[in-house]
Amino acid sequence: MNRIDQLFKNKKKDILSIYFTAGFPHLEDTLPVMKALESAGADIIEVGVPYSDPIADGPTIQDSNMVALSNGMSLHKLFEQLANMREHLSLPVILMGYLNPVVQYGVEKFCQKCKEVGVDGLIIPDLPMKQYIYEYKELFDEYGLRNTFLISPQTSEARIREIDQHSDGFIYMVSSASITGAKSGISQEQVTYFERIQRMELSNPRLIGFGISDHETFSKASQYAHGAIIGSAFINILKKANEKGDLSPAIHSFIQKVKQ
Amino acid sequence: MIAVDENGFYGKFGGAFIPEMLYPNIEELRENYLSITNSEEFQKEFRSLLKDYVGRPTPLFFASRLSEKYGAKIYLKREDLCHTGAHKVNNTVGQIILAKKLGKKRIIAETGAGQHGVATATVCALMGMDCTVYMGEVDMARQKPNVERMRILGSKVVPATSGSKTLKDATNEAMRQWINNPVDTHYIIGSVVGPHPYPEMVARFQSVISEEMKTQLLEKEGRENPDLVVACVGGGSNAAGAYYHYYNQPEVRLIAVEAAGLGVKSGKSAATTMLGKPGILHGSRTLLMQTEDGQVVEPHSISAGLDYPGIGPVHAHLFDSGRGEFVAVEDEAAMQAGIMLSRLEGIIPAIESAHAFSALDQIRFNKDDVIVINLSGRGDKDLETYIKWGNY
Repeated sequence: MNRIDQLFKNKKKDILSIYFTAGFPHLEDTLPVMKALESAGADIIEVGVPYSDPIADGPTIQDSNMVALSNGMSLHKLFEQLANMREHLSLPVILMGYLNPVVQYGVEKFCQKCKEVGVDGLIIPDLPMKQYIYEYKELFDEYGLRNTFLISPQTSEARIREIDQHSDGFIYMVSSASITGAKSGISQEQVTYFERIQRMELSNPRLIGFGISDHETFSKASQYAHGAIIGSAFINILKKANEKGDLSPAIHSFIQKVKQ
Repeated sequence: MIAVDENGFYGKFGGAFIPEMLYPNIEELRENYLSITNSEEFQKEFRSLLKDYVGRPTPLFFASRLSEKYGAKIYLKREDLCHTGAHKVNNTVGQIILAKKLGKKRIIAETGAGQHGVATATVCALMGMDCTVYMGEVDMARQKPNVERMRILGSKVVPATSGSKTLKDATNEAMRQWINNPVDTHYIIGSVVGPHPYPEMVARFQSVISEEMKTQLLEKEGRENPDLVVACVGGGSNAAGAYYHYYNQPEVRLIAVEAAGLGVKSGKSAATTMLGKPGILHGSRTLLMQTEDGQVVEPHSISAGLDYPGIGPVHAHLFDSGRGEFVAVEDEAAMQAGIMLSRLEGIIPAIESAHAFSALDQIRFNKDDVIVINLSGRGDKDLETYIKWGNY
């Protein structure tokens, strides 16, 4: 069974998904960060594939993308680094990145490689649903990859139903009208949106992301979904830990604080 | 046949590759732009502003000394005489009326050379709309007078500080700000780029250029069609407007002039069709300068308006289908052509437009062919670059 399906079957709440950029802060940090995340108690690992023009991301993730690229990160390099990851990791692993690098790598070859190294799912923010159904779904299915779509407070009910119908794995709820890392704290307006989606009783589980940064926001978001996703705040932890030299203790302490 | 299909594709190129957060905005636009812009009310306001505010129709000027030099009948479509100094305002007038009809309160825009930013700031002042323009930090330094023009007009100018700090990054930043402000804000894209329906919509607003050319040529030459239409292409909005009514007239040759920078093979170039491969940038599939890993390459051109690593999907299709003829002009040759036009006809062109004139040295044509060159903008904004270059 796909590890994403397995996770949501076994765990219904407080699922913690952590995003970080592959090859950040150093090129060879990818796998060590993933191992630390698993031993620290994260539930899902989202590995960001860096891109030169990340239009849905705020300054923190933009910077980590630029650093990773100048470190020499690429999809070729990433698949090399992940080649034996399943000897060390049992958590679901998702690749998150923009469409162009995937297209240049070759979509089928990309899917093949994902399956080969043990990737479970994909989040490609600029791959629209229509194009996915038309050009990509068959390939993703063939290689057992779950595809996650985003929804935002502006997404209409009809569109959410359609997305639910074409999603597998989970739905990524963007917490507010924003790019990543834009704000912290959860407002009453956001809660109203979370409750509205909760009442829709979608067939896919939901994780809330964007603006989730600590224990408070994580546990609040988790009340209205199966869990939440932390990205920019974790990148900032890696950046700070890098200045002191050792990433693993900082990763453990951050995950513990978030989960408490 | 050059027409956009229902999914926003010109052949293999186009579409709307956008994050879901932008879907409601793009969908709102896609659903409404045709019915609004085709309405009599819209057309009346649009035409009236083009006439009395922009100063249209712009002249079609027979350039006799240039014609003599090249042995052809060369006409200049004087978009440089538009209010604000370039064709960009045709599109911003259209989009601001559309934004008002959609009930939007705020306008955001990206700009490279600053011409589109100025044209946007101008119509926002005219309509009393709040305006923020995103501009690469590097471009802000090299096009300072335009930054101040936007500020005088009451717009905020926000530097884009990521990546190469030029047009591509300003566009990224404007898209991010649209994600952050999805409800009350309209994004006025300045070229035939971006997700569908932008490329098609911007081309429609610019199509007034070739519409007028047909009437004017009929008057001057007794025929609507020239033998060649020549235009510079960065994203390609002036070219799209100049070609629009000639796409389906195969006897009219469409010449697209890209910026070769320091040379197509120098690594410092913006000649997208020669250096690019199909890829996805700013919401559409198009030809794109990129590395083998699919990372976007920083372009180079002496002209900020052509300094873009992609090209409008309609032009990618023109290239791919063979309907358009593409040539690339280096920085040095473009500067020389700018001086040539200044001396022969008393018109200092924008450096973008100067590229189109330099193409006359590269393309073959018959004696007495009727050639229309789209003179997309005036050179006032580029005086400092001309002065620095100094070779005159």
